[in-house]
Amino acid sequence: MRSIAKPRVWESFFWPVVAAALLLAVWHYSVVFTGTKVFPSPTSVQTGVGELLQKHVLWADIGDSLRRVALGFGAAVLIGIPVGLWLGWSAAANQVVNPVLQILRPISPIAWIPVAIIFFGVGDRAAIFLVFLASFFPIVLACVSGVSSVSPVLRSAGRNLGLSTPQLLRRVIFPAALPQILVGVRLALGIAWVVVVAGEMIAVDSGLGYLVIDSRNSGKRYDLVVAAMLMIGIIGLALDFSVRRVERIKSVRWGFRDAS
Amino acid sequence: MFVISGMCRQVGVQEILAELIKSGQPSIEWDLSQPFGGGRTTGTPVSCWQPVELPLETIDTGDSGQLRVPLWLRPQLLIAILLAVWQVAIDRHPAQLLPGPMGVASGILDLMEHGLLLKYVVASLFRVTWGFGLAALLAIPLGLMLGWYRRGEMAIYPLVQVFRPISPLAWIPVAILWFGVGDMAAIFLIFVGCFFPLLLTAMSAVHGIPAVYFNAGRNFGLSSSAFVSRVLYPAVVPQLLTGLRITLGIAWLVVVAAEMISVNSGLGFLIVDARNAGNRYDLVVAGMVIIGVIGLLLDLAMRSLERVRSFHWSSSED
Amino acid sequence: MEFFGGLVSTAQPVVNAAGAGQKLRIQNLSMVFERDGESVSALEDINLDVSEGEFVCIVGPSGCGKSTLLNVLAGFLSSTKGSVTIDGEAVSGPDPRRILVFQERGVFPWLTVEGNIGFGLSKLPRAKREERIAHYVQTVRLQGFEKAYPSDLSGGMKQRLQVARALAVNPDILYLDEPFGALDSITRVIMRGELMRIWQTERRTILFVTHDIDEAVQMADRVVVLSSRPARIKDILTVDIPHPRNISSPRYLELRDELLKQIGLAYEI
Repeated sequence: MRSIAKPRVWESFFWPVVAAALLLAVWHYSVVFTGTKVFPSPTSVQTGVGELLQKHVLWADIGDSLRRVALGFGAAVLIGIPVGLWLGWSAAANQVVNPVLQILRPISPIAWIPVAIIFFGVGDRAAIFLVFLASFFPIVLACVSGVSSVSPVLRSAGRNLGLSTPQLLRRVIFPAALPQILVGVRLALGIAWVVVVAGEMIAVDSGLGYLVIDSRNSGKRYDLVVAAMLMIGIIGLALDFSVRRVERIKSVRWGFRDAS
Repeated sequence: MFVISGMCRQVGVQEILAELIKSGQPSIEWDLSQPFGGGRTTGTPVSCWQPVELPLETIDTGDSGQLRVPLWLRPQLLIAILLAVWQVAIDRHPAQLLPGPMGVASGILDLMEHGLLLKYVVASLFRVTWGFGLAALLAIPLGLMLGWYRRGEMAIYPLVQVFRPISPLAWIPVAILWFGVGDMAAIFLIFVGCFFPLLLTAMSAVHGIPAVYFNAGRNFGLSSSAFVSRVLYPAVVPQLLTGLRITLGIAWLVVVAAEMISVNSGLGFLIVDARNAGNRYDLVVAGMVIIGVIGLLLDLAMRSLERVRSFHWSSSED
Repeated sequence: MEFFGGLVSTAQPVVNAAGAGQKLRIQNLSMVFERDGESVSALEDINLDVSEGEFVCIVGPSGCGKSTLLNVLAGFLSSTKGSVTIDGEAVSGPDPRRILVFQERGVFPWLTVEGNIGFGLSKLPRAKREERIAHYVQTVRLQGFEKAYPSDLSGGMKQRLQVARALAVNPDILYLDEPFGALDSITRVIMRGELMRIWQTERRTILFVTHDIDEAVQMADRVVVLSSRPARIKDILTVDIPHPRNISSPRYLELRDELLKQIGLAYEI
């Protein structure tokens, strides 16, 4: 569809590897070239990762971060989807509530940290609250958008076949809106992951975010800093990937036009 | 003579082709009755059924009571109620650190009196503009190019996907290392936060161009550069604008985090500093409110840009 | 030349015998829409009686209000004036006893063929439901596609699926709103045959809206001609040709010409 040459299958592995190798080479040689004492080279990051794994610190931190995401994001899904469906269904409700949402939405979760700390103290709960807050809005908005884009034909067909309103919502509106809701869920998960790391840098004392800050503060261990950053990136990618897998299930796949 | 089929109803192509006609290409006939290439089976006149649930244009609010609040007032009413609840909750717990709406309002006035409000808002906007602008300047052309060259995209895409989930905050140590403490580091963080989403948006925008446009362009013998300027660019602009709006929102979220790196002005700084230097939570929440309002205004401004008539041609077939 | 194979040949045309139970009665039906303070009259004074098992086509120019009429008959809209009764009972809302088949995108894309057909059957015990579903899969000839999703089906197959879903709930009346309008001409012809076959087996009362005159004359017992907006009944033609209908027969062409004249179209291009 774009440049005319059609690449072969093996190329989908080849080119990323080339790019990654190039990146690593540039990284390595710029470290060598600038003679920096602080910024780690790829090899020292590698040993850093090994060190973390050995000390079992890494797994605990990863577990902590994922747990907070699971709780905060899970709560956002459980509360956000019904709220979103309701707002999408009732134009009146949406008209009233939407302005409030639009004002709250641009406030960075980081800005909420002081408030979170007041309510929950420094620790787990504050981080979970931040994750919840950050994931809530994209999910609600995706639900509203999904519901309003359900074709009137499908609604009418559902009514025609004798469904009451709650039944209609459950058996027609929700499945019809599901592809778009999933897009919002995937987005929210990405945001949740970013926010949990940010939150951990400020409000708690465990987790990958904390690891990043701590490695720098206690000893300028930039090799660990970069190692932690890479772990954050890879796990974030894995999370995104798993939601994409869900998007390919047959009963929602119909809603996604094949992008490439 | 060329026959253009109904599929090309996507206005963009019509306009481009109309322009080509004007510039002296052979005559073109419109046959809107048959689908293009048999791919889609729509091409019939619009059905006269307007899918309305009620014949009259009112919103059925289900209000059973006699009190009917006019529609425009309702959101304000909700906000007022929330504020009232907030104020009452604060009054009930006087030892509470959090301010009520009154406290926040006086905090804002406080800032204005000291001339800090404008100064901080400008500082934050300044950093956002630089970080966002640089990111856009670099990411969009790169993204368009990568979207075009499949191999380039295949190479870069996995790397981007690894870097994207890394919170800009996680880049702070690196930012400080490279740029020291101050404005540059903050701008760098915003840049990082905006670069990857914009890159992906640009790549996705190129993907979204229907194959029809390419074929039409090639059919008319457009050179590559002409193609880029007359077909590619108009086709990607709507999606780019949406992506820019969303990323501007991200930038605004990040600036708060970025300003926690020892800068000495800005709304993010306000929030951190007000708390650290004396638990001035009224200023903290005042800062939050201002951030929210400005973020909303930025979003609205971008939306009105999207609505500008000359950009508003992307109509999905659905 | 016989065009629709496999149909049971009817010796006499179905005639609207006086005294036959009126399945559907439309009396003085009018529909006025209000938009931005202006009233738009869509339907004016429609009167029609349809008997049990009849196949009635409604034709008219685009935008005239045919679909509005169907929507009122199906209960999605309430009329401004007049009444619609089915078996003596007033139509006041959507009901599974009168199913509307839409022009396109009417099937639920997240359900399989079986899921769609069984959609209205949730009150039935499982064994009965599966039996019903299998029966209607056969009726519309979608065997082999039971587990397929609508995205795997062609346009014609999706419409057949809609019909199966409609029939499965055993409605009294079937409304079809230009159901073949989104299909290509060859599929359209095949689908007409299929619908005729199903109608001959199941003998439901059918109201079929179309803007295709040939379609109307090929399928209907009676053709109701609507004027352009506001829609009024201009004429009702009885098609007295027995099925299977030969589309080259003089009577067919005569009726077709009559219809074309009614709608006011020239027939030499």
